[in-house]
Amino acid sequence: MGLTNQATGFRTLRENFLPASTGGYLVALAGNPNAGKSTVFNALTGLKQHTGNWPGKTVLQARGKFTHQGHTFTLVDLPGTYSLLANSVEEQVARDFICFGRPDVTVVVVDATCLERNLNLVLQVTETTNAVVVCLNLMDEARRKRIAIDVPLLARELGVPVVPTAARRGEGLAHLKDTIAAVATGALCPGPAPIIYDADIEAAAGQLTRQLQPLLRGRLNARWVALRLLEGDATLLQGIQQFLGVDLSEPGIKLQVKEVLV
Amino acid sequence: MSTITSLSNLRPGSSGEVVSLQARGLARRRLLDLGLVPGTRVVALRRSPSGDPTAFFIRGATIALRREEGWEVLVQQV
Repeated sequence: MGLTNQATGFRTLRENFLPASTGGYLVALAGNPNAGKSTVFNALTGLKQHTGNWPGKTVLQARGKFTHQGHTFTLVDLPGTYSLLANSVEEQVARDFICFGRPDVTVVVVDATCLERNLNLVLQVTETTNAVVVCLNLMDEARRKRIAIDVPLLARELGVPVVPTAARRGEGLAHLKDTIAAVATGALCPGPAPIIYDADIEAAAGQLTRQLQPLLRGRLNARWVALRLLEGDATLLQGIQQFLGVDLSEPGIKLQVKEVLV
Repeated sequence: MSTITSLSNLRPGSSGEVVSLQARGLARRRLLDLGLVPGTRVVALRRSPSGDPTAFFIRGATIALRREEGWEVLVQQV
């Protein structure tokens, strides 16, 4: 299986969850632990869910389908994580799926009662991909705790649609499906606000991004890869080699990273 | 003026405010991702029977940290 994965490149990861013959859209569901991700998953997919196994990984993932406005959506429930920086197997699985699984939409489920903790992951996902929908879940609990959230302002600041839900009561799910469909079909194009770093980091990232663009050829967000390389994230190099067949640890490329760091 | 100590020295029941992180690289990033940025209020909840790890309440979630992870976080006791 490993050999097939390598030989056919990054399409395998997507096709493992959405065979080319099936058609429809692939939707990833990310979020912190305890944000109600699985409740959202079950509410969207009903009883049609079953668990799938990540190729070569022991972390189980749930996968399910729903249809909306005549389109079929395959939903993949990623492990709950606080970060996408591959500190653990769960984070690496989530990160690899969002990067290399090429989902049409990534839904980030956040806990409305605990926003500041959850927005870290949202920003990490919007740095990776534009096709993001934020599902502001547990709104019923937030109301009970008298937490008021200015949803339009949050959406404007993040640059992505924000849908308030209370998944266990079925609240907001129709709106969530509409929004997922709009982003998947391209009717709605989120434009996440870019995160600007200090001048020296920006200079190094810009230089690396220009070197990476011809190697990645649009398959991954080059700026995001540049920032991860500057952080010294070695697991991303493995992922890029495994799924894209590009070896960024070749001596020539390594040298250029070092030059930027000096 | 209260004393500055490491997170690992906080006794269960006491709390502190993060002053700085001594970790570097990915270890630092992991602590930041858990919400341990300067100014964050942390409460030590309880210690495992073996003395390690310790559960802390950080920005709305309970998170267990090992002693060696907690050493890297400097807090001001409050």
